[in-house]
Amino acid sequence: MSIIRYTLRRALTAVPVLLGATAITFSFVYLTPGDPVDVLVGFDHVDPETRAALRAEYNLDRPLWQQYLLWLGDVVTFEFGESPITGRDVGETVASRLPHTVALGVASWTLSLAIGVPLGILAAIKQGQPADEASRIAALVGIATPNFWLGLVLLFVFAVHLGWVRVTPPDAPLVSLEMAWFVILPTVTLATALAAIVTRLMRSSMRRELDREYVRAARARGLRERTVILKHVLRNASTAVVTVAGLQIAFLVDGAVVVEHVFSWPGMGQLLVESIGRRDVSVVQASVLLIAVATVAANLLVDVAYAIIDPRIRHDR
Amino acid sequence: MALLEVENLTVQFYTEDGVVRAVDGLSYEIEAGETFAIVGESGAGKSVASLSLLDLVGRPGEIVDGEVRFRGRNVLELPREELRRLRGNDVAIVFQDSQAALDPVYTVGEQIVETMRAHEVASGREARERAIALLERVGIADAQSRYSDYPHELSGGIAQRVLVAVGLSCEPDLLILDEPTTGLDVTIQAQLLELLEELASSFETAIQLVTHDLGVVAECCDRVLVMYGGRAVERAPVEELFYDPAHPYTAGLLASIPRIGADRERLPSLPGGPPNPIQPPTGCRFHPRCPYAEEVCATSEPDLVETETGTAADATRQDHVAACHEHTGDLEDGLGYAVRVVDDSPDATRGTSPGGSSGRGHDDR
Repeated sequence: MSIIRYTLRRALTAVPVLLGATAITFSFVYLTPGDPVDVLVGFDHVDPETRAALRAEYNLDRPLWQQYLLWLGDVVTFEFGESPITGRDVGETVASRLPHTVALGVASWTLSLAIGVPLGILAAIKQGQPADEASRIAALVGIATPNFWLGLVLLFVFAVHLGWVRVTPPDAPLVSLEMAWFVILPTVTLATALAAIVTRLMRSSMRRELDREYVRAARARGLRERTVILKHVLRNASTAVVTVAGLQIAFLVDGAVVVEHVFSWPGMGQLLVESIGRRDVSVVQASVLLIAVATVAANLLVDVAYAIIDPRIRHDR
Repeated sequence: MALLEVENLTVQFYTEDGVVRAVDGLSYEIEAGETFAIVGESGAGKSVASLSLLDLVGRPGEIVDGEVRFRGRNVLELPREELRRLRGNDVAIVFQDSQAALDPVYTVGEQIVETMRAHEVASGREARERAIALLERVGIADAQSRYSDYPHELSGGIAQRVLVAVGLSCEPDLLILDEPTTGLDVTIQAQLLELLEELASSFETAIQLVTHDLGVVAECCDRVLVMYGGRAVERAPVEELFYDPAHPYTAGLLASIPRIGADRERLPSLPGGPPNPIQPPTGCRFHPRCPYAEEVCATSEPDLVETETGTAADATRQDHVAACHEHTGDLEDGLGYAVRVVDDSPDATRGTSPGGSSGRGHDDR
């Protein structure tokens, strides 16, 4: 089966998942105590007619399933409506925060892979040697360090003590030198744990593959050691890392809530926390939908990457 | 100077239970174009000895002594890059488990082509065409489409052929075949052996055939080395080995070949099992299983000597040598087996029964 057909079939299975995820969050938000109308009117006493008018305006008088379908109908046309709380367009609100989260996410994701993959390969090749031991200890420390703590320590040392960076983001556009300078610390904070996990995973997968007969056979054919490792062993060993790195993409979108808070980073994580506090259901809904889409997309990406790496998966069934 | 000279090769494995001498002081030679067999039970050290020829014994194993000279150069002391250029180009190995020896994520064609590229034999379009021609050569139908198949899409027999094609891709001077017929059914085995014979003569490639199957040896080999517990116990031209086995272990192996029309109900088998690799028996390693063992066998280890003269064996001479006290003159009662040659027309049974083609039977007294 060709890669394209495989991908299309995988993508189709994503549709029911998205429907399910949004339906569940939609009903959960409405199951939480409190009447949205109370929030709308600021918990004031208003006459029943006004309440009814508000209900009708936001379709709150309809059965839940109708509300969901109405919402869904709006969503597929990218119409998220206006937040009753802030009065701002929900789509715009999310869109204003998303780039910050994506920027931080992509930076830390790239950094963690750029560190973890080579380090894992090195550790596997130098099994039992100092390089392997050092990477093992570094990975252990990396995994064991809570990221909010690491973030605070980095801020304390580099921002407060040394004064090399600001404590809060500069008032500059996202794509600018000042912003890039500031984003280094949160990137390192977020990348540390993932880099550690990737290192260990890469090492163990490589070790497992290095003992396979095809590796010995590849050497027996007179291939260069670099070809044996980087072309044959690495590709066979990469599926585990692809899984972890792929699913991590989903986490990048919902933003690292705690780390965004530590660095006052105006991303999705912060937005989500603020909106829940304000009972801004429409923004929460839009955010959850975005996270669901990202998760499904990440899974799809992992599946496709798998099929590209390992032909046995493509040919299966 | 022979094509390959193995001298006093000794390989150890460091296991949790102790040190295992998988190969112990092995010496032999292979001439250009010759087909040489190494025979023995599993665990006799045949495969390890083969891997040593290309310095491919990995941890926990280690080559602790000896030399492997290919065209006079010691393979074990070659610089990295020269060793790499030797592997696959001058000496190629066809591994036993053909499915496992192919990388599952690359196509058959890619693995042949990259081997040719690594030795600058061919590249690009030419390499592709040569690879397809090779696949045809080893008897694979629709080689064109097989070229882009992945290993998991191949049957065992086809995978084995692909591996032979990979081995031949750089036209090596020596091709090592490690149990090439294991796991294949009998008709495919026969086809593969015929193919190997034919290829060996047309490519002028010497073959080291590692097997536990004496039938296969009788079919296509010039000379045979019998290994037991990591040591060579007998080495002889194939005819002589079958007519006149000089070591009781060889005789036992020959007696246990199944034959069609054999006039006995049960196959004779060697009593006991392979020797404990960590603490091999004292003296002759075979003596606990040997029906003719005497006191001397348990105390003194017999050297490999010429069966005619009893003088120490010389790896460079292509004669009949065996490691048994019978031939050093220390055995009092001698070896009490006789070889019975059954003269049924040899060609009539060819291909139907392994060993049958030799037309000879062997019996204990």
